[in-house]
Amino acid sequence: MALLFYLFALVVAFSAVMVIIRRNPVSSILYLMLVMFSLAGLYVLLGARFIAALQVTVYAGAIMVLFLFVVMLLNLDKPDGVERKRAVTRLIGFLVAGLLLFLSALLVRSNSIQSSGMDFRPMGTAQAVGKTLFTDYLLPLGIVPVLLLAAVLGAVVLTNKKL
Amino acid sequence: MHPTYSRIWEMQITLEHYLFLSAFLFAVGVAGVLTRRNALIIFMSIVLMLNGVNLTFIALAHYLSDMVGRVFVGLGVTVAAAEVAVGLAVVIAIFRNKGTVHIDVLSLTKW
Repeated sequence: MALLFYLFALVVAFSAVMVIIRRNPVSSILYLMLVMFSLAGLYVLLGARFIAALQVTVYAGAIMVLFLFVVMLLNLDKPDGVERKRAVTRLIGFLVAGLLLFLSALLVRSNSIQSSGMDFRPMGTAQAVGKTLFTDYLLPLGIVPVLLLAAVLGAVVLTNKKL
Repeated sequence: MHPTYSRIWEMQITLEHYLFLSAFLFAVGVAGVLTRRNALIIFMSIVLMLNGVNLTFIALAHYLSDMVGRVFVGLGVTVAAAEVAVGLAVVIAIFRNKGTVHIDVLSLTKW
């Protein structure tokens, strides 16, 4: 189990870094897909099988394909020639992100969590998630279709030719 | 559990491992937003940050043996799908009007 965690975590970390340092948007998207699949593996390790399936179908299946479509549609698959190298901005950005990582690592280390081992208990099955979703969280579930409808309408209106 | 471990992969995986990984994902997303100039890559970095937060939710839900974290992630994935659909439509509209998605050129709301 630990070996699997390290495998997935290494793939997630490496691919996430590759997403932001590759010049070509298409390879960024493919690395982001790798991040999604490895995260689904981590979710299975954490016993959340339904969320893992959701991750693969929605993120890796739908969202990433949407990204890929847009890159192909806009003909952005060549490296961005306009992207100038501004070393100072880049350095400040990485410094801020490093500071954020350092602070959150401090937070993780210094809290009152009793770090017991994370054993493998598959309790996030579709039945269990669905039972909570359809009883305690029925109102958010009812609002989700409205949100999706608004998103569909917004996407159609925004991509209208006359805009 | 023994306090000493001969090899790193025999070490027991704790909650902190997962929390640190999700913090790393979030920090990588922040670095992408701050350093890249391509609007699509910035968008992908935001998706990375969302996934880092989702990993925190799932890990804590597992740690607390609670179902609510997983339900939140399920709803959050839906919101992320809607966000990506609208955001990519905005990117397409910008590209159609300006001919680029380079955010240094798109300084319309900056004065």
